[in-house]
Amino acid sequence: MSLSTLYAMTGVALFSLGFHALLVQRHLLRKVLALNVLGSATFLLLVGMARRGGDTPDPVPHAMVLTGIVVAVSATALALSLARRLKAAQGLVRLPEDMPE
Amino acid sequence: MRQMLAFTLLTLLVLASGLGLAVAVLSLPDAPTDLAARVDAGLDDSGVSHPVTAVLLNFRAYDTLLEIGVLLLVLTGTWSFGLERRLDPEGPVGPIQAELVRNLVPLMVLVAGHLLWLGSKAPGGAFQAGAVLGGAGVLLVLSQHPLPAWRHPAGYRATASLGLLVFLIASVATMRDGRLLEVRGREAGLLILLIEVAAAISIGAILAALFAAEAPETATSLDERKEPQP
Amino acid sequence: MIFDHVLALTLVGLAWRLLSTSHLFKAVVLFITFGLLLALAWVRLEAPDIALAEAAIGAGLTGALLLDARARLEPRDDVPDIAPAGSGPPAPDASH
Repeated sequence: MSLSTLYAMTGVALFSLGFHALLVQRHLLRKVLALNVLGSATFLLLVGMARRGGDTPDPVPHAMVLTGIVVAVSATALALSLARRLKAAQGLVRLPEDMPE
Repeated sequence: MRQMLAFTLLTLLVLASGLGLAVAVLSLPDAPTDLAARVDAGLDDSGVSHPVTAVLLNFRAYDTLLEIGVLLLVLTGTWSFGLERRLDPEGPVGPIQAELVRNLVPLMVLVAGHLLWLGSKAPGGAFQAGAVLGGAGVLLVLSQHPLPAWRHPAGYRATASLGLLVFLIASVATMRDGRLLEVRGREAGLLILLIEVAAAISIGAILAALFAAEAPETATSLDERKEPQP
Repeated sequence: MIFDHVLALTLVGLAWRLLSTSHLFKAVVLFITFGLLLALAWVRLEAPDIALAEAAIGAGLTGALLLDARARLEPRDDVPDIAPAGSGPPAPDASH
């Protein structure tokens, strides 16, 4: 298995882990963690595939991932602020449909 | 029982989608166009000699322009929640932390400047420099230094929007025949440097403000808390 | 190449642990570790630009944001919240 395939497959595995956690976890902070793992998995997949062509890696996916990382951190900050707002309003860090009966 | 069933079903579905993704990735055909070669071919005319910077600020500058816009939107959104920062959650800052931050923050600003300068020919650039500046801002917030412009909310807003403004003005000013952001040659090098400096400052300011979470108006600066204004 | 295999396995293992641990604080610390190792993976993939950004942002800034949020959202301690969701009794903090 080549280096690019190895890391692309790692990305696939991480994607599944993150996706699963995003669906089953109820705590919002855990959902944010899952989303971040999901994002990293996508980046790994993109950059892994960027070097399958030739000897030099393709700089275009690299630039995309670079902007992606900065957008991911700002999205994380927004999500955490929303969670804090939700806790201030309701005292809980879960979505309404995940509330215990 | 129903929840166990749902959980198992969900796990199987995620596993199946993961397998599908793996098969899709493994069976991808080779890229139809060699983007790396095209970037190499255009590199001499892009104004910088580092391919990733050339893609970010020349070939695909649209992405970067909009991304800085997204950052600004996120900041506006966060400020609109009206969150309050607990100014001293763990009591006063210890002397070691205060001294460390005092020495570390100028060093981080230097590192950011170096990364920014490197960006035109080696790995580095506006994003990395902005991230280091943002880290310095987080340190300041954690050691209860009010961010410099907390006392001047309008100034902070201007700093945060500087990157987008300079980027927009530069792209409109260099517009020819209705073609936006298509600058080549020496002119491009200067333009990229200008945009990168502004973008790095704004990214740093935005990231630090996102960590602080509160909008500048609701912030009480340390001076005000120590000596109430008459 | 052996190094890459070990790194890939470690990344997957770390992700598994951080997403399934019942301790919220531990999860956040594992995430920061995950970010640092990911920076190593970027170096192996010849993407030093991304490695720099990941070390500063992915591990540093995101870590600071998450630690701060954890302290605010769950100030007492961690609420066990592992899948399968709802198989245990509701968490004590959820009742008020």
